Amino acid sequence: MNWTNILTIYLKELKDSLRDRRTLLSTIIIPTLVMPLLTFGVGKVASGVIGKARSETPTVMILGGEDSPGVVARLKESKKIKVVPTSLDWKEDITEKKVRAAVQLPEKFEAGLTAGAAAAVVIYHYEGEMKSSFGAGELEKFFRELREETTTERLAERSLPATLAKPFDFKRENVAPPEKVGGNLFGGVVPYLIIILCFTGAMYPAMDLTAGEKERGTMETLLCSPVARVDIVLGKFLMVLTGSLSAMGFMLLSMGVTAFVAGSLLMGGGGGAVAKAGSAGASAPAGSVIPLIDPLGLVGVLAMVFPVAVLFAAVALTISLFAKSYKEAQSYLAPLMIVIIMPAVIGILPGIDLNARLALVPLLNLSLVCKEMLSGVWHWNYIAIIFGSSCVYAAVALWLAVKMFNREDVIFRA
Amino acid sequence: MIEALHLTKTFRDKKRGEIRAADDISFRVSPGQIYGLLGANGAGKTTTLRLLATLLKPTGGSATVAGCDVAREPEKVRTQVGFLAASTALYGRLTAREMIAYFGKLNGLADAEIRARTKRLADELGMHDFLDRRCDTFSTGMKQKTSIARTLIHDPAVMIFDEPTLGLDVMTARAIVKFVRECRNRGKTVIYSTHVMSEVEKLCDTIGIIHGGKLMAEGTLTGLRATFGEQDMEEIFVKIVGAEDAK
Repeated sequence: MNWTNILTIYLKELKDSLRDRRTLLSTIIIPTLVMPLLTFGVGKVASGVIGKARSETPTVMILGGEDSPGVVARLKESKKIKVVPTSLDWKEDITEKKVRAAVQLPEKFEAGLTAGAAAAVVIYHYEGEMKSSFGAGELEKFFRELREETTTERLAERSLPATLAKPFDFKRENVAPPEKVGGNLFGGVVPYLIIILCFTGAMYPAMDLTAGEKERGTMETLLCSPVARVDIVLGKFLMVLTGSLSAMGFMLLSMGVTAFVAGSLLMGGGGGAVAKAGSAGASAPAGSVIPLIDPLGLVGVLAMVFPVAVLFAAVALTISLFAKSYKEAQSYLAPLMIVIIMPAVIGILPGIDLNARLALVPLLNLSLVCKEMLSGVWHWNYIAIIFGSSCVYAAVALWLAVKMFNREDVIFRA
Repeated sequence: MIEALHLTKTFRDKKRGEIRAADDISFRVSPGQIYGLLGANGAGKTTTLRLLATLLKPTGGSATVAGCDVAREPEKVRTQVGFLAASTALYGRLTAREMIAYFGKLNGLADAEIRARTKRLADELGMHDFLDRRCDTFSTGMKQKTSIARTLIHDPAVMIFDEPTLGLDVMTARAIVKFVRECRNRGKTVIYSTHVMSEVEKLCDTIGIIHGGKLMAEGTLTGLRATFGEQDMEEIFVKIVGAEDAK
């Protein structure tokens, strides 16, 4: 191995890649934009849609209720809902979103209330439709209040205290520190995004530097130089690794800035979400906790991701090397993305905890350990197994890349 | 000096079985000489030249280039070789200067030496107008000049040309032929493969006719004319290859 040659090849590939729009897009631009777009773009659109739906007074129909004029009148008086005339096709009206919900008042409902044995009220809505669920929610709230009012009246009639029906109250109080809350909240998503971006960051430089070069005819030019093949592979590999790590680095940087800006906007200044564990918690309003990510956990995640980035870079390089064109490499690597996403998604699912066996499953182990580290939990035995196994997988993948580069039938495959 | 002795390369193909792309090829090229390797498409020219340039490993026989064995010292061989082929392209996103400097560095030259040699090559080839432009904006002629400068930056003793005029217009092809002659005049050992008969007639001191991976005939143009009783190179070629095909 000649490190001067490896460095020469790496620096040339770096310069070349920085001039390639596709590589820039996958290693810098997309990773930088993904978090602000998700937070401010998608978040704003989603909150706008939900806000608009909430501001709309839901239209509802009352089915029956001819013998309960009092309840019907109160429903019509309610400002939270808008009662529309009942139609025979009320189910179809809900399906077609002409009305959001309908309420079926049982026969002699009011009389039943007075007698103390009213039948159940049925609320009809369209499952999964946001505005319909808001309408049903308002109806539920109305009848809950009516029930409580009736209970209070009955207790008063019998000169009994209101606490008879509600003997005690309870509330929740959070004891988890902000970084634990943040770890649980973002612990699954951050490794998931890191894994995806690490791979996409490696994918495009790998394809361009191998299959792309074969296609453009520059691979043969490079092979004419007196540089050993292993040096060429390592130079190219370092560039692919740079792509992978830069995608992750830019994503984390962008995430930090986005979280700080979003925190500042939400809290009116001073709400940094990353690396402000102590101070930001103090600025939170009483009773609420700003979710934070443990900065030490983040450093741990970076250390754990490194061998996985090496693995991705070597795998992407080996597969792309086998392909004879950029297009062919793309058709090999794109489906691989699904294989990579699957363990990352499984890692997000609740109830899956790290154990010795799962610590050997590539990517899933990373996803699970990152979730723990971001919550401030450090299982050193598992961390050692995961780091060690990831290094072994990465070394095997790199060895395969070198082997592949020495195969004439692969290099001159046309 | 190039010396090939029973040089053989076989490939395995799932459908066709074993293919002998270069079959027991022996020849010798001295410094200041152009050896023309003439053959049809698929005759084995590229494989032979790739073996000499150590891009492929021989499966049989041996070859030395500038005194270095192609199988045992491939890296040393490549420091002595300038390889120019229709298939050796330029990095489109690099400028001509960066391209030349990159290959200078890979050949172990110091920065100052690379600068001096680049200037000299740019003077000789008339490259100053486009030296700092990206290669993907070049005309075919500019590309060829840059490729030539790339092959010469380390001043190799041996030049290998694999169909360098393939797909070029007349003027660019003439410039290449002129450059090959200059290489010979500078005392370099030159091997030149082509399927264009006129190029061989104009350029080569010794001609080797290759067909089906085998070297069918070898000699000077005058010698081949006398042996086969034909003046036209194309007729000689057809006579040799046709006789082999008839078998």
